[in-house]
Amino acid sequence: MKSSVIIFPGSNCDRDMDVALKKFGFKNQMVWHNDPEIPKSDLIVLPGGFAYGDYLRCGSIAAKSKIIKSVVDFANSGGLVIGICNGFQILIETGLLPGALLTNKYLKFICKNVFVKLNKNESKYFKNIKKNVLELHIAHNDGNYFCSKDELKSLEDNNQIAVNYCGQNGEVTEKFNPNGSINNIAGIFNKNKNIIGMMPHPERMIDKYLSSNDGNFFFENLIKNLK
Amino acid sequence: MEVNEQIAIDHGLKKEEFSKICDLLKRIPNLTELGIFSAMWNEHCSYKSSRLHLKKLNTKGKKVIQGPGENAGVVDIEDDDAIVFKIESHNHPSFIEPYQGAATGVGGIMRDVFTMGARPIANLNSIHFGSPQHPKTKNLLRGVVKGIGGYGNCMGIPTVGGQTNFDESYNGNILVNAMTLGLVNKNKIFYSKAAGINKPVIYVGSKTGRDGIHGASMASTIFDDKIEEKKPTVQVGDPFTEKLLLEACLELMAGKSIISIQDMGAAGLTSSSIEMASKGNLGIELNLNKVPCREEKMTPYEIMLSESQERMLIVLENGKEAEAKKIFDKWNLDFAVIGKTTDTKKIELFFDNNKVAEIPINILAENAPVYDRKWKKTKLPQKIKFNKDNFKKLKITEVLKKVLSLPNISSKEWIWQQYDHTVMGDTIQKPGSDSGVVRVHGTNKAVATSVDSSAIYCYAHPLTGGKQVVCESWRNLISCGSKPIAITNCLNFGNPEKEKNMGEFVECVEGINEASKFLDYPVVSGNVSFYNETKDKGIKPTPTIGGVGLIKDYKKIITMDLKNNENLILIVGKTEGHLDQSAFAINVLNEKKGPPPVVNLFNEKNNGETILKLIKEGLINSAHDVSLGGIITAVSKMAIKGKKGFKLNKHKVLMNKFDYYFGEDQGRYVIEIEPNNHSEVQKILKDNSVHYDEIGIVTENEIIIDKELILHVDDLIKSNKNWLEDYMDK
Amino acid sequence: MKIKVIVTLKEGVLDPQGKAIQQTLNGMSFSEVKQVRQGKYFDIEVNIEDEKKAKAKVEEMCKKLLANLVIEDYKIL
Repeated sequence: MKSSVIIFPGSNCDRDMDVALKKFGFKNQMVWHNDPEIPKSDLIVLPGGFAYGDYLRCGSIAAKSKIIKSVVDFANSGGLVIGICNGFQILIETGLLPGALLTNKYLKFICKNVFVKLNKNESKYFKNIKKNVLELHIAHNDGNYFCSKDELKSLEDNNQIAVNYCGQNGEVTEKFNPNGSINNIAGIFNKNKNIIGMMPHPERMIDKYLSSNDGNFFFENLIKNLK
Repeated sequence: MEVNEQIAIDHGLKKEEFSKICDLLKRIPNLTELGIFSAMWNEHCSYKSSRLHLKKLNTKGKKVIQGPGENAGVVDIEDDDAIVFKIESHNHPSFIEPYQGAATGVGGIMRDVFTMGARPIANLNSIHFGSPQHPKTKNLLRGVVKGIGGYGNCMGIPTVGGQTNFDESYNGNILVNAMTLGLVNKNKIFYSKAAGINKPVIYVGSKTGRDGIHGASMASTIFDDKIEEKKPTVQVGDPFTEKLLLEACLELMAGKSIISIQDMGAAGLTSSSIEMASKGNLGIELNLNKVPCREEKMTPYEIMLSESQERMLIVLENGKEAEAKKIFDKWNLDFAVIGKTTDTKKIELFFDNNKVAEIPINILAENAPVYDRKWKKTKLPQKIKFNKDNFKKLKITEVLKKVLSLPNISSKEWIWQQYDHTVMGDTIQKPGSDSGVVRVHGTNKAVATSVDSSAIYCYAHPLTGGKQVVCESWRNLISCGSKPIAITNCLNFGNPEKEKNMGEFVECVEGINEASKFLDYPVVSGNVSFYNETKDKGIKPTPTIGGVGLIKDYKKIITMDLKNNENLILIVGKTEGHLDQSAFAINVLNEKKGPPPVVNLFNEKNNGETILKLIKEGLINSAHDVSLGGIITAVSKMAIKGKKGFKLNKHKVLMNKFDYYFGEDQGRYVIEIEPNNHSEVQKILKDNSVHYDEIGIVTENEIIIDKELILHVDDLIKSNKNWLEDYMDK
Repeated sequence: MKIKVIVTLKEGVLDPQGKAIQQTLNGMSFSEVKQVRQGKYFDIEVNIEDEKKAKAKVEEMCKKLLANLVIEDYKIL
């Protein structure tokens, strides 16, 4: 299975994602934002970081990069695209995912472990996933997901809400909302569920000596579903 | 403009220094030249008050690849890997503009590390603020923390440790010390010494503006009422550009075209060009029209003194310019050939086809003034005779809760949660422990690092305080199972022209040196910050020590959280019950006099090495060194981390229980061991002549002292966690 | 030609920065402040002589980059 991680000026979680993808069996390539096209891939990942310094709005300038056209074409033809953290912000700015990511409610960067609930569905990401309440990690300043009431209804009706912040037992309540996101939304799918954007970093939770390794469930499940 | 003595004084030079310049040059300098002298000869760049004493520092060791004198220090961590590290201050700018001052401090120290070819892998910081009641403290803290996070997070370097202190002596002068560690192949280190004649001198990075002109001079002056006017001299940082600069430099360094490279920090283009030429015993010629400028009509004076951030100066091999330019174009950074090396041993500046400055380099560097300032020894204070009757009124529950919630002891999670501490995927131990630990990427090794200071001890008796802070750094590294290798120091002091302050400096340095020598823990880099004084009120002497140690197998790291019920708790090292200058004495008894605890270097070394032996044999379940707040604070912190309780037996030593639990004797560790390892642990301790006390056991969650149930671990957690959160957010 | 643009948050979009500013002002004895919404101001210099044409171009820039139309409105001054 081939994957491509796109690097923008200012991306800084690209190496972490490369390590994670390779660990779980992907043949990964790093792709520079100015490259004319993306090599043949089964999966494209937009990693975390501060692409273009988060200038104007997070992800706004990266969303106008040369390479985005290839990403959009790939996504529109059903290809799998993951956006983590800054990557999620970029996907939203391209319009591939709906809504907006505002500054955290308490106006502070937050770096900590959180529990998240992956909403089981038939997507290649979550189908048959062995564990769906995972301990993952967030590190962001602008992860406050926002959308209009109509948009929210549409997301709910179409099962596009991918990930919610929750408690240790999967309870999705305000108490466990770290940044003010509507309905504790931590990640969403597009309508066809081939694109997922999420704020938490699964690639930082793949080594039990460093953290938990709940991130393993995410990657193992994905490559299993792809094969 | 005709230069005269008054203009020189306005530039921060002294009368005698101006005379010396005129003598050495054999003429009066022009304004551009005066600006250059004022930058190179101020305290921050020339170390004129400290150089004499810094020469005495212990800087040699088997693992030292590069000691002081370069952009950063370098130590060997085996397998051709080396760690490049340094700590630096950015105190005066942070007081004026906390966000940018702190941010650019972090940016500057990271450049010092990657200019040597090392990718930064960990950041730490030691920040000191005035009394929490002081009206400026909260906003300064908020701004500094946001600035550190804003820069470090954007660069994608994890912040893995730090220290935050409050003391009224910092009311008018906060301290922001930033430290960075980087990883490099020991055969691929880059230095700043220029070599070869007619080699192109290249400028890369951001364009030059009018930021921070005279920033280095500001760092060497005392604040007064005119502090608002100093605002334009603070530099503004752009971490995004620095991230591009980091990647571009590392890409260029993968080839063989760089002869030498230095970042433009304090005194910008002036200090970098002169230092590079001076080290190589060469001259340097610059055409200032070629310097990329962001503002219009910049003068040579402004170009040379600008402290615009995110810029580097490179001496390149001939013929490699096009190849290098390609890399910097890719990363969208300015690249300009602005001069060349010469054999004149002078710095010569050209602008609009005129020569606008010409100074022999040795006058600026080697001939910079060196002062042997008068200093006064601080006498060792007399021990206080505490009235033990007063202790009878104290309840240990209340005292413990109070001590755990003291500003200098309480949890700083509110702060470090704003720092990305896991980016780069190698963080093994996060902030909030004895040391931060990061794995050496792709290997089984890890590097442990911590930053420590003890201003209260140093103020009471600088010689002892200097020794103590090095020992505490050493203990913090040992507690996680690492072998300490070397230190970097940031020496923050008041006005060196006052005998008392100069004495504090001299004696702290002497103390640091003595401990560093005995423990084989050399100083490989550092920085001095003088003149931390406002309206005659100076800071307490605050030498900050950044330590680095090696863990050969990261899976064997020792953490401080208590692990299992019924495990035994031991104190390694002798408890004498020294209360003077302790957190308990100062905050509960309101007693601020007396000497700091005695430092016995022999015991420090012996106890620490024995702890490492115990760790090597797999006999320790958790460990934590004893420092502020004594034994009971140390055990409480371990309980809080592990969400466990502890039961302490009546202490066997004949002394008052408050002396025993809150005394801050040095050289001690709390360790948790399994009952079936008890005899083996005892044997090793006895064989190494290490004193120890068995003080109790781990419980599920209850805190029991001398058979009395006094608290639940949740009470400890609440006391420790709430102070800072309530202070900042409510 | 210099064209000025203001970008503001749409009504109903949460503005935590604006709220923080309002609370700070209240704390500074500006108790009269009921609400603050924070926006952005752009000064755009274009190589177009004709004002109408210039404004039309800038409008395009607003739609494509300067404003996130999901949460922001723009106004050319």
